[in-house]
Amino acid sequence: MNDITHHIPPRLIRAYASGSLPKSFSLVVAAHVSMCDECRARLEAEEFAGGAVLDTLAPASSDNYELLARTLAALDTPPLAEPQTHGAAGIYPAPIMQALKGRPPRWRPLGGGIRQTILDSDSEGSVRLLYIPPGSAVPDHGHNGLELTLVLQGSFHDETGSFGVGDVEVADADLDHTPMAGEGMPCICLAATDARLRFHSFVPRLLQPIFRI
Amino acid sequence: MDTEAESRLSDQTIWLIAVRDQRDRASFVRLFEFYAPRLRSMLARSNCTGAAADDIIQDAMLKVWHKAEQFDPGRATASAWVYRIARNCHIDVIRRTSRPIPEALKVEEPPDHDAASQITLNQEAQKLRQALDSLSADQREVIVQAYMGDLSHSEISDNTGLPLGTIKSRIRLALEKLRHEMKDLRSQ
Ligand SMILES: [Zn+2]
Ligand SMILES: [Zn+2]
Repeated sequence: MNDITHHIPPRLIRAYASGSLPKSFSLVVAAHVSMCDECRARLEAEEFAGGAVLDTLAPASSDNYELLARTLAALDTPPLAEPQTHGAAGIYPAPIMQALKGRPPRWRPLGGGIRQTILDSDSEGSVRLLYIPPGSAVPDHGHNGLELTLVLQGSFHDETGSFGVGDVEVADADLDHTPMAGEGMPCICLAATDARLRFHSFVPRLLQPIFRI
Repeated sequence: MDTEAESRLSDQTIWLIAVRDQRDRASFVRLFEFYAPRLRSMLARSNCTGAAADDIIQDAMLKVWHKAEQFDPGRATASAWVYRIARNCHIDVIRRTSRPIPEALKVEEPPDHDAASQITLNQEAQKLRQALDSLSADQREVIVQAYMGDLSHSEISDNTGLPLGTIKSRIRLALEKLRHEMKDLRSQ
């Protein structure tokens, strides 16, 4: 865990702390923070600053008396049971197990030995687990928006560098890349995008609508 | 500001510790009276007002009461802790689903009586507050927007095995960095 060299950029940690990061990226941030003390400290520092800003806000002049009475009356009622939470399992930190609802990933083939499990997908973006056999490449592609990729097992490398367990690659619209899994263990990563990827080769482009990449 | 003032915990943190350790209702009322109007301002920035805001404030303050035993003044101020809880409550309401949150560190010691880290953290709190106060009105608005962001719009777009002490010193380092970034903003 100590050799993480590619971290979540601070502006994204701040966006997570303030709640303004889209859901797909929030899962990557929560998963990386679960593996990385440096980013956990940065997140807690951002929340610290959020608290300092909260202190300085002009109090709203609304009458809170009734709300206080209602809240005090509820203090002795035991809180509703929290929804079931799932802890870390194997290579998956708790936030990913939570997204998997505690079950192992159900892999779907994407071609070329690559498999995926979509965890969440809506109009704002999507987040998925990718399984890439050792030495295999994800087809050359560009991005319409931002793509965050967190390595959970094995490693991959591309034009910008190499990424091991815990590392996050941040790819934006300027980057065209061909991520290639390292030798050894298959590479399993968590990948989030806020827009569809642009594949350059013909076949993956045809597959795109089917596989929701 | 004298050293004694800098090393004193904030009133809010003292009240929260009284809620945590003595289940003290009078202190809870003080926390409510301090935070409810500020949370209302925070929520209003995301166009959340009236009964919807009431529900989130009540939910957040009840979580403060029920989860108080998790509060560690060596890692967070009361305000940082309430900020996080209220944000999570608000986002869960917007998305109608629980927000992904990081796995908790396995607490290796009960969160208390680490006076040294409480004091250093509190000194950092004072310095951060001074850095905030020294910004121009425009610069401050940038910071306020970054932390109190308009959620309704922004929506479009295993235990690490390290002892808690390591996290605490890293939080201090991260806070120093953050404060210097704020200073850089001022000199622009
Ligand atoms: Zn990190
Ligand atoms: Zn990519």
